[in-house]
Amino acid sequence: MNPTRLAFLRSTLCRHFRKDPLSARPFEGLRFIDVGCGGGILSEPLARMGATVTGIDAIEKNIKIACLHANLDPTTSTIEYCCTTAEKLVEEQRKFDAVIALEVIEHVADAAEFCKSLSALTAHEGATVVSTINRSMRSYATAIVAAEYLLQWLPKGTHQWSSFLTPEELTMILKRAGVDVKEMAGFVYNPLTGRWSLSDDISVNFIAYGTKEK
Amino acid sequence: MNRIFATKAGSDVYRLRIPWRPFSNDAAPLLSSQNAGNPEKGSEAKQYDIAIVGGGMVGLALACSLASRPLTRHLNVAIIDSNPALGGKHFIKKEDLPDPRVSTITPATISFFKDIGAWQFVEQHRHAYFDKMQVWDYTGLSYAKYNARDADKEVLGCVVENKVLLSSLLSRVQETVLPKKIYPSRLNSMSILPNSSSSEVDSTLSMTALFTHGRLAKLELEDGNSLYAKLVVGADGGKSRVRELAGFRTTGWNYSQNAIICTVEHDVENHCAWQRFLPSGPLALLPIGDKFSNIVWTLSPKESSEFKSITEDNFLKAVNHALDYGYGPHPTPSILGSSDLFSWLKGGQGVNLGFGDASTLSSVISEGIAVGTDIGEVSLLKKYEADRKPANVMMMAVLDGFQKAYSVDFGPLNILRAAAFHGAHHISPLKKSIISYASGEMRLPLFA
Repeated sequence: MNPTRLAFLRSTLCRHFRKDPLSARPFEGLRFIDVGCGGGILSEPLARMGATVTGIDAIEKNIKIACLHANLDPTTSTIEYCCTTAEKLVEEQRKFDAVIALEVIEHVADAAEFCKSLSALTAHEGATVVSTINRSMRSYATAIVAAEYLLQWLPKGTHQWSSFLTPEELTMILKRAGVDVKEMAGFVYNPLTGRWSLSDDISVNFIAYGTKEK
Repeated sequence: MNRIFATKAGSDVYRLRIPWRPFSNDAAPLLSSQNAGNPEKGSEAKQYDIAIVGGGMVGLALACSLASRPLTRHLNVAIIDSNPALGGKHFIKKEDLPDPRVSTITPATISFFKDIGAWQFVEQHRHAYFDKMQVWDYTGLSYAKYNARDADKEVLGCVVENKVLLSSLLSRVQETVLPKKIYPSRLNSMSILPNSSSSEVDSTLSMTALFTHGRLAKLELEDGNSLYAKLVVGADGGKSRVRELAGFRTTGWNYSQNAIICTVEHDVENHCAWQRFLPSGPLALLPIGDKFSNIVWTLSPKESSEFKSITEDNFLKAVNHALDYGYGPHPTPSILGSSDLFSWLKGGQGVNLGFGDASTLSSVISEGIAVGTDIGEVSLLKKYEADRKPANVMMMAVLDGFQKAYSVDFGPLNILRAAAFHGAHHISPLKKSIISYASGEMRLPLFA
C-alpha cells in the first residue's frame, strides 16, 4: 500500500505547494512531519523526494529501528526521529509545512484532540493529510475479519472497529480543528494482482488531504 | 538488491562483438586495488546511482532512456565497457560497405528509439524499412505473405546494421545532459557490501563523501579502478560477467545450429523480407538499403563449415536454389563479407527483446523515483522481472516451437504445418495478431 499512499501524497502536495511533479526532488526546502512513523516506511521516501522530514512515534523501539535503517542511505540519514507525541510537539510550538498522519488516528484515544494537535502543528498555508479505515460493514469484513483473522496480515486486536471513523466524521472533526478537507481518495486491494491502487472507493481504506484555514 | 536482465541463453545477435573492435580484451588482468576507499591507491572510488556493465546497443539504449525521462535524467550513471570507440565520436562513412551483422528492428523498438531521441541518428545512415514479408517452407506446401497493410501499418520493421544502431545510440547519449562516465575497462569483480551500518570516514575526503556503504555494490575493474553503485545492470551479453559474478543460474539448451551471414548486392531495390524454412534452419534475405541485402542462413555445424570453404559463385548458386519456388530479385555475384554465428533467432526478435528490457527497466526506475523508492530496492526490481520475464520466456517458447516444428521432415507433420501456415495467411484476424505480436506490440500471443 505504501507506493499508492506516496503517489497520492506526491500528487496532492505538489499541487498544494505548486511544485513541479516531474522533478525528482519536488519537496526540497519543505518541512514535513510523519506522525506515527513506525520504522520510517513513509519518512524515508519523503526524504528521498527532497523534504526535510521529522518522524515521531510514541514507541521507543520503532524510533530505534527507524534510525538504524535511515542511516544506511545518505539521503535518509538526515531525517530527525523523536520518540514523542503530537501534543508534546505542539507544546514546543513546532510548525511544519505538511503534517502527515497515516493509519494513526484509529489507534488514538481521543480523535478530536488528536486532530487539534495536527492542526496546531501545521504552518500557515500548510497541508494536513490523514488516512484511516472507514467504519463500514465492508471494512469490518476486510480489515478485521480478513486482515486479522483469515489472512493474518495483522495481529488480532490491532484495530477496534468501533473506533474507526467515517469520512464524514473525519471531515467534521478536522473542520472543527481548523483544517478544510479538500480531497479524499480510497485505497483498493486487488487480490488477483496483489496490488493496491488509488480509487474513488472510500468504503474501506481512505485518505484525506486538507488545508489550514488560518 | 543487484539484479540484471532475464537472460536469453545463446541466441542473440546483439551481444556479439562488433567487427571493428580492434582487439580482444583477454589481456592479463591488472592488480585491482585491494582496499575499499583507500585514498592512497590513486583516484578515490566514486559512487554512482547506476552502473551499466556493457556499453553495447542495449546498455546504451538504457542510458539514453534514462536520459530522456525527467525523473531519471539527473541520475549518475557509469558505463563500463572496454570498447575504445565509446570514448569518442564514431564516424560511419557512407561509402562503407554494409556490415554483415544486422538487426531487424520491430515497430515497437522504432517507437522506443524515437522516444529516446536516437532514431533521428539511425535515419542518417543506411537503413531499410520493409513492409512485406514472404515466408515459405521447403515442402512447397505452405506459403504466407504478410503485408504491413493487413494490420493497418506502414511498415513491418526496419533492418539496420548493428554498427549504425550502436553509433546512433552513442551519439544520442553523448548529447544528453545525463551525468555519465565511461570506464574503458572490463569488470573484474563485484561485491555487495554488508547490509549493516558500516561507515568509512576518511579525513582527506570532503564532508559530502562521509557516507555509509551500507547497501552498495562495489565494482572492481581490470584497470585498477573501483566504483560503487546502488544498482548494477548487466548489459554485457550472453556470456555476461555480471551474471556470472552474481551467481545467477540460467537454463538453456543447444540448438546445434550455426549460421552464415553475409551481404549481397542486387540489381533492384528490395522492400520485402524473404524467409524460407528449411529442415536445418531458415534462410533469410533481409533488405538493408541501397540495393544491398543481408543473408542469414542457419545450418547444421557440418553444412556451415562446408559452405565457408566454397567459392562465392557456388555459394550464390546454393542460395538461389534454396530460395527457389519463390520469386524476387536474384543477388548478383558480389558477396561483401561473411561470418559465422552460433545461432539466429527467427524474425530477428533478439535485440528487440533487449531493447524491451531496457525500456521497461528505465520506466520501472522512473516510477520508483516518483514514489521515493531507493533504486537498489528489491521490490523495484521484482516489478521489472514480473514485467519482462513472461515476455522473454514467451517469445523464446514461440520461437523454439518454430524451430522444432520445422526441423522434422515428416509427411503428416508437414501437412499440419502447411495447414497452420495457410490458416495464418488467410485468416485475417489471426494474421493481424501475428503481425502485431512480431511487431512488439502484443505481449502475449493471445488472440483475443
